[in-house]
Amino acid sequence: MTSELFRWDWFFDHLDEIWVLTVEHLRLTAIAVVIGFLVSFPLGVLAYRHNRIYGPITAVTGILYTIPSLALFMILGPLTGTLSTTTAEIGLVSYTLLIIIRNTVAGFRGVPDDVKEAARGMGYTSRQSLWKVELPLAIPAIVAGVRIATVTTIGLVTVTAYIGQGGLGIYILEGLQRFFNTQIFIGAGLSMLLAIIAERALVLAERWLTPWSRARVGAS
Amino acid sequence: MISLKNVTKRYGGASGVAVEDLSLDINRGETVVLVGPSGCGKTTTMKMINRLIEPTSGSLTVDGVDVLHQDPVKLRRGIGYVIQSIGLLPHRTIEENIGTVPRLIGWDEEHINARIQELVEIFQLDREMLSRYPSELSGGQRQRVGVARALAADPPVMLMDEPFAAVDPIVRERLQDQFLEIQSSLKKTIVFVTHDIDEAIKLADRIAILNVGGVIEQYAPPEEILSEPANDFVKSFVGRERGLKRLALVKVADIEAEEGPVVAPGDPAPRAIAEMEKYGFDWASVVEDGELLGWVDRAMVESAGKVDPADARPFSSYVTAKNSLREALESIVTSRTRVAVVVTEGQRYRGVLTLERISKEIVS
Repeated sequence: MTSELFRWDWFFDHLDEIWVLTVEHLRLTAIAVVIGFLVSFPLGVLAYRHNRIYGPITAVTGILYTIPSLALFMILGPLTGTLSTTTAEIGLVSYTLLIIIRNTVAGFRGVPDDVKEAARGMGYTSRQSLWKVELPLAIPAIVAGVRIATVTTIGLVTVTAYIGQGGLGIYILEGLQRFFNTQIFIGAGLSMLLAIIAERALVLAERWLTPWSRARVGAS
Repeated sequence: MISLKNVTKRYGGASGVAVEDLSLDINRGETVVLVGPSGCGKTTTMKMINRLIEPTSGSLTVDGVDVLHQDPVKLRRGIGYVIQSIGLLPHRTIEENIGTVPRLIGWDEEHINARIQELVEIFQLDREMLSRYPSELSGGQRQRVGVARALAADPPVMLMDEPFAAVDPIVRERLQDQFLEIQSSLKKTIVFVTHDIDEAIKLADRIAILNVGGVIEQYAPPEEILSEPANDFVKSFVGRERGLKRLALVKVADIEAEEGPVVAPGDPAPRAIAEMEKYGFDWASVVEDGELLGWVDRAMVESAGKVDPADARPFSSYVTAKNSLREALESIVTSRTRVAVVVTEGQRYRGVLTLERISKEIVS
């Protein structure tokens, strides 16, 4: 259509639409990460407490993780509706599982043994120890998992444009079909920007959740 | 207070028996130190008391109550527990850490705060430390907080697993001294595990020396272990310098000080010199109305013609009734005069200690 690298006039003419797509992009991401977390966290805790099921859980979620995203959306289409949000979300959620489960388990496993032993020795029940001692200390690793999952999902949402969802991915897809750089740049650029902002926000959330980790400088 | 009867802990697989048929009685208010080489089962033995490790067979009572038929969580809340790495909860402030067990057993906040203040006094903790996190404290501070935390709910029994092993020797000695001071007033029943025989000798009322498999080779007060080691294992574990180690257990107050040359201000020179010669010394302590002013030597007295109190030089070190004979020995070998001067409170002169006097204690 045009060989110009970036058309600012087009950008300013479409601010309203860009805003709608950005919000849509965030909505798709948030739903996927929240559901992913709600499914993964309990599974992670279970896998930590019962070592036997860690293998099977990571095997299943690992297989899900290896399915090429475009193919997954196409496979799911006939089952849950080709152009539905449900189809998109099932795919997006399934990619968050492995990451969050693994990090949750790693976080719990990383709690120092001496802390766990001291807690037990002082008379914490194993449930109290899990929620009041081990969980807080596992937070940094769990949040790290959510961060990776969020950034991954923001990227993946663009692929769902192929099934009529996609948020900013729609611009990328349209731009590609019409050879219109401006749209591709806006779609890709804002998607990246969202990823960076979400990542920083989660870092801040982690700091707020773990005030003790800021006080790292030991006295002599 | 604590009684272990025929307690055995067997692990499956190659590791086999950790503790075999061990019986041990611990009296109320007593500090018993379990000591032995690694693999002797001392930590296993201790952890069976609060059931962090379940015995395979045998019986265990604490204060007459059968531990093995008690709820382990309740049992542990009633027993103070300190581990080597301290295990402070990293995500809780010092204040919250100390209040852990009281909070678990449901004390109200006011009661908990009052108790924390009390412990701050006892352990001389820095008050501003209370709102900090464990990572902000030094090793020695963490150690004191760990012991304070174990004492928070005022349990009658304390289990301590090498609590002072992870700090440097100077801090360790200070922590041990503080431990002795606090224990002398609190009179807890304490089971203390260490691999350091010197620490055991210093802290224990009774020492149980364990051999591999939890075999008790000797269970006796430190004094007796040093003077009458039961067998070659004990002898070699206690090591050389048994005599010297015993000196560390005897206080200066426990033995009679010797007489030494004493002069008073104003004594004429011939009388002062006669006093020195009587003991074969070339110096004398200057004592006025029982108070030690210092020392003068023969040359000072001869040139002044009398004992001039202005000449009296202070001793570079004294020993007091509270010092051990080992410290007195240190004072003797480092002093120019080869004698330790003994004073009581208020610089009252009590006499002297010589090498001969102390070596009599080693032999006896």
